[in-house]
Amino acid sequence: MTPNLHLWLIPLLPLAGAAINGLFGRRFSRRAVSSIALGFCGAAFAMALWVVAQFSALSLPYSEYFAPWIRAGSFQADFAFYLDQLSLVMLLVVTGVGFLIHIYSVGYMWEEGGFYRFFSYLNLFMFFMLTLVLANNYLLMFIGWEGVGLASYLLIGFWFTKDSAVAAGKKAFIVNRIGDFGFLIALFLLIKHFGSLNFVQVFHRIAPLRPETTGAGLLTAIGLLLMVGAAGKSAQIPLYVWLPDAMEGPTPVSALIHAATMVTAGVYMVARSHVILDRAPMALMVVAIIGTLTALFAATIGVAQTDIKKVLAYSTISQLGYMFMACGVAAYSAGIFHLMTHAFFKGLLFLAAGSVIHAVGGEQDMRKMGGLRTKIPWTFWTMTAATFAIAGFWPFAGFFSKDEILWQASRVSFVYWGIGVFTAFLTSFYMFRLWFLTFFGEYRGEAKAAHGGGEHQAGIHESPKLMLAPLVILAVLSVCGGWVGSVRFERFLTPVLQAGSGASVSNVSTNALASANERKDEVSSETLLTAVALGAAALGLYLAFLMYYQRPQLPDQIAASLGGFYDAVVHKYYVDDLYATLFVKPLLDASTRILWQGIDRDVIDAAVDNGADGAREISDSVRHMQSGNLRSYAGWIAAGAAGVIAYMVWMGTR
Amino acid sequence: MEVHSGIEPMIHLTLFLLFGGICVAGAVNLLAQRHPINSALSLVVVMGSLAGEYLLLGAEFVAAIQVIIYAGAIMVLFVFVIMLLNAGEEERTGGSRVALLFGVPGMLIGTVLMAWVLLERSGTQAVSMGALPGAPKTIGWLLFHDFLLPFEVTSVLVLIAIMGAVVLASHPESVQQRNKER
Amino acid sequence: MVPLSYYLILSGILFACGVTGFLIKRNIITIFLSIELMLNGANLSFVAFAAQWHALSGQVFVFFVMVVAAAEAAVGLAIIIAVFRTRETLNVDRVNLLKL
Repeated sequence: MTPNLHLWLIPLLPLAGAAINGLFGRRFSRRAVSSIALGFCGAAFAMALWVVAQFSALSLPYSEYFAPWIRAGSFQADFAFYLDQLSLVMLLVVTGVGFLIHIYSVGYMWEEGGFYRFFSYLNLFMFFMLTLVLANNYLLMFIGWEGVGLASYLLIGFWFTKDSAVAAGKKAFIVNRIGDFGFLIALFLLIKHFGSLNFVQVFHRIAPLRPETTGAGLLTAIGLLLMVGAAGKSAQIPLYVWLPDAMEGPTPVSALIHAATMVTAGVYMVARSHVILDRAPMALMVVAIIGTLTALFAATIGVAQTDIKKVLAYSTISQLGYMFMACGVAAYSAGIFHLMTHAFFKGLLFLAAGSVIHAVGGEQDMRKMGGLRTKIPWTFWTMTAATFAIAGFWPFAGFFSKDEILWQASRVSFVYWGIGVFTAFLTSFYMFRLWFLTFFGEYRGEAKAAHGGGEHQAGIHESPKLMLAPLVILAVLSVCGGWVGSVRFERFLTPVLQAGSGASVSNVSTNALASANERKDEVSSETLLTAVALGAAALGLYLAFLMYYQRPQLPDQIAASLGGFYDAVVHKYYVDDLYATLFVKPLLDASTRILWQGIDRDVIDAAVDNGADGAREISDSVRHMQSGNLRSYAGWIAAGAAGVIAYMVWMGTR
Repeated sequence: MEVHSGIEPMIHLTLFLLFGGICVAGAVNLLAQRHPINSALSLVVVMGSLAGEYLLLGAEFVAAIQVIIYAGAIMVLFVFVIMLLNAGEEERTGGSRVALLFGVPGMLIGTVLMAWVLLERSGTQAVSMGALPGAPKTIGWLLFHDFLLPFEVTSVLVLIAIMGAVVLASHPESVQQRNKER
Repeated sequence: MVPLSYYLILSGILFACGVTGFLIKRNIITIFLSIELMLNGANLSFVAFAAQWHALSGQVFVFFVMVVAAAEAAVGLAIIIAVFRTRETLNVDRVNLLKL
């Protein structure tokens, strides 16, 4: 007997917290606001753990029906929740990392204005993200999808008095919406051709279809459109431009939304839709190409950035590219595994960066940091763990997941693998560049380093324990998180990723047993490839050591010798300018000249104004009738009477 | 005097034209005269000849009250007021263009139209002299039976008119004096 | 035997004279006289029709018209007196405070 898990509580608890804080938080003390926020978020995390405890007793997939929603003829979509291994992984990641970041934010945002608003938005984000993860149909997932976009907009533009933050929020939301448009069209196609958006029903109806190996068909279209949505949400080419700008928001926001959870929604959605993508090899190839190119592209930009958060932002885009590369070679479990480890170490990286920024009093330019190793030891050691994790060194978490992705990619094409290894080298290089610039050498910042305005004049200091505790926990996870092993992880997710795959799938098999057998045969080549990847990471570390510790004058010399290419990289390949010229400016011009001046002002306003003017002119000419002259009144009466008499005569004699 | 029915229509027509002519002459004179007192007196003449027309139609009661009330009371009132105000002859002032342009021609055209219609198309018969049974007794009966309500209402109307006239025409200074004396 | 239409034409002529007087005369009292003339013309047509259809109610109606004319004349003259008191003129063109 499957117990009732009351899954609906998990999203609704943070929503309650958001509502309470949002409506009444203004009057509460900071302590009360943070207790409420942490309480509800923690409750959601506790419920998630409880669900884990019940997991073995469940018959999967577990569907829980909450309330009816849309019944339109044969189409039905309900408020219903869905739990299987995939959503369980996502649930734990979202609630766990989310809870840690909530704790961290209490310390980070303590001095800021709008405290209650921040936590209301954070809880609201949790609500939407959990809805997204737990939904049992695409429509409810889309609500969560849109909602996290909204929460992201609200949180990026949290300091709304800053113009750049406001613009960044708008950019994020609009670019997201472009992706959502693709997602919507995919949903429409699903409704039209399969009559439902319910996961179970849709995949059940798609399962018997044959894969479209000969040409592009319906499933390819759906797959590509879903990828458009994922590209918008998860910042892949060409819709990645919002993520670096999103760093305008507070650092916990960057950690939670733009590293651990929201941007991974695209990966989750692609993994969830694997039934569709497995039958559309062309779409799958597009996914892999986009992922790979994005990984490389973002890594090259990250190498030249000077803002610590921007480096991490491009790193996030790059790592997301890895996840899509994995999904694109049908290694969905590898992608999700990397999603999990990435949540640990990227979240940690952002939080530690926030700690660093907090320590040096708001400075984000790495060129002005340095030698912080001794001054903020806890931050240093946790960030070191995360940096080694992301670079893919053994035995940290990132090694296992990245290695699995590269291995699966190599089985499809060595081009993917080659680009992946080169990107790993770049990743290692720029992360250790960040590490060296921030923590080693002499402190290059200004002498002020005062903390936020006057209370602590102690100079560079460690963050409070409230901020350090999550760092430590995440550091432990960054070290140990990969030890579950990719094989065990894959086996755990097999029921989800196998269901609906069937036997007639694309040439890359996701069958855990088969891959285990193949592993025995190819273990030697796998070891070789792993060694190459590790070597690339080590090379990156050495180069960073060389350029940023031993010979600090080297970077400038290399930059000078590269000339134009270096300029392009620093300016992010002028992509933002390209978009501005191609899309933004023409749209603004059209909107101004056609819609505003042409239609709104000259047609609509003019109609109203001219109507009013006309009425005034008519009344102006008619008012002369009321002259106060008795005889003119009499004259009008007589004339009118004569008219009436004439009419009556005419009628009478007709 | 015995009158043959043969020449009765002739007499009727002659008398009709006689009285009618006096009516029209009086009306035109009303328009032509400059001093209002002359106009008022012409109107009295008009009313008198109209009484004659009523008699020709056989409405003796109406003719009687026309002379007694209309010519005898209302016109006298008019003459009183004209003499009281002593306005004098009319002066020439610029009037209204509308009245002259639209009103007068309009009315003339209307009248001509009506006359044409009446002469050509009206289905009226001829009236013989003294056709109406205009005995006052029957009229009184009608007034107090079928038309009782309008009769009573008109009495109220007259009362209101009296009050209105008194209020409107009362000398404001006399009211103030009376207030001061109290 | 005078055709009824003759009476009606006479009534029409009287009415037209009344309207014309109303329009072209400048003295308020003369205008009032024109109004009385109009009423008389109407009375004549009432009586004429009453004679044609042998209905006595036409004469009763004339009676009522006369009563109304009396009331109206009384009140109108009172107004004229009041106007004369303030404006010192009986010229209708001068009584135009409403003029723009």
